[in-house]
Amino acid sequence: MVTEGSRETRVVITGVGLTAPNGDNLAQFRKGLLEGRSGVQRLSVRYIGDVLAGICHFDPLKYQKKKELRRGTRAGSIAIYCAQEAVADAGLDLASFDRSRVGVYLGITEHGTVETENEIYEIKQFDYDVKYWSHHHNPRVVANNPAGEVTLNLGITGPHYTLGAACAGGNIGLIHGLQMLTLNEVDLALSGGVSESAGSFGIFAGFRSEGALASHPDPEKACRPFDRDRSGVVVAEGGCVFVLERLEDALRRGVRIYGEVAGYAVNSDAADFIFPSAERQVECIRLALNRAGISPDDVDIINTHGTGTAEGDPVECQAIREVFGQHPHAYINNTKSFIGHAMGAAGALELAGNLPSFEDRIVHPTINLDNLDPKCQLGNLVINEPRRIDKVDYILNNSFGMLGINSVVIVKRFCGQGSDDSGNRETGD
Amino acid sequence: MTKEQIRNAILEIIAQIIPDEDLSGLKGDIPLREQVELDSMDFLDIIMELRKRYGVEVPEDDYMQLATLDGCVAYLDPRMREI
Repeated sequence: MVTEGSRETRVVITGVGLTAPNGDNLAQFRKGLLEGRSGVQRLSVRYIGDVLAGICHFDPLKYQKKKELRRGTRAGSIAIYCAQEAVADAGLDLASFDRSRVGVYLGITEHGTVETENEIYEIKQFDYDVKYWSHHHNPRVVANNPAGEVTLNLGITGPHYTLGAACAGGNIGLIHGLQMLTLNEVDLALSGGVSESAGSFGIFAGFRSEGALASHPDPEKACRPFDRDRSGVVVAEGGCVFVLERLEDALRRGVRIYGEVAGYAVNSDAADFIFPSAERQVECIRLALNRAGISPDDVDIINTHGTGTAEGDPVECQAIREVFGQHPHAYINNTKSFIGHAMGAAGALELAGNLPSFEDRIVHPTINLDNLDPKCQLGNLVINEPRRIDKVDYILNNSFGMLGINSVVIVKRFCGQGSDDSGNRETGD
Repeated sequence: MTKEQIRNAILEIIAQIIPDEDLSGLKGDIPLREQVELDSMDFLDIIMELRKRYGVEVPEDDYMQLATLDGCVAYLDPRMREI
């Protein structure tokens, strides 16, 4: 388990399946991040009208029948697409795998909102007579729905559930998968996060009522973390599922290893429903560094949580400055500036978008940063253009959420068994 | 509605409920569930669509009468004739 001073179980990432507003697989997504391609567009939302949102364009019929789409949820569809893509990417033939030893652990910000809103809209056409309420409602809104749909689709008989962790969900899904592998509960974890948030008028309306819903004449410029002219959150849908397995299993299979999960931490602010705490973020980052057995100067890329709000961005920057100093070794970027806030998927998607840096040593930028907010001053913030750096050994991914949940994941470049810095892969690329 | 129109209305509903199935060779006197993939939740969808589209209520005790396409037409004819 990855804890202080203990390295008995090493867990690696061997597959990535994702859908984001600017790409339906890691290669497309990464290309979009390096080319500065946003995925934010206009969306007409019930009761509200036009808003800006990140919408995914994957083909759900690639892995589902039309009937399954009708019966299930958008979150389930996203989860199935990502899980199937991740399994394929990891070179796994699940049919010859003991599927009772596969776990599905997906982080979510919320689930059931979209389906409930849809049902209320439907019965409104019948003067709110509840005899028109769908019998599909309950299986659609149970919190395990997205993970459960994955098991139905892939015939997985191991454990499945979601982890409600607000916008830290994607990181938490990955962390939980690692923990279950460490506990030997499963031999393979499909871990990550999903979000169907863009289907809910309530989420847009809620952010607007908070004064935190982004607007901009150009949708692609709407999400502006760290910029003085930011106007709030761009809600996005998306998903990212990682195949996690124990290092020895991955080596035995001889598969590509994207990276090793070196450390993680989760803590709580215990302070406010929505406003973050730099102090607790600092503690969370330091705990993850400690568990990874590294110092701040070992980190090469910090992927920020920054959502583009005046309340959140400066707090995270303060926490980063406190841990990493005014002139950090690490280069700092932000993925939401491209795709908006994919909520429960955000942590996993944002980590995935940075994993190719272990290979190409390019740091994708944070875009739409024209006038840096002085409170967000960070050394080595990679602004608007990608930056090639000398080495990428450690990537640190921040994801924070409402009710004061903080999460940090650190992934290490895989250098071969027992080697820390050989640069020689034991597995092919 | 004529019996033919009722049959077409039922087929339209079934096509929406199970869009992956080919309904062209559906036989009227053989239970639907023996010919196409139609589970209990799908059947409830048919009941719901009859309620939403035509205001027809089918009590649970009568569900068995809708097992075949011919059975559906026979059961619904007196209830949809005036529509």
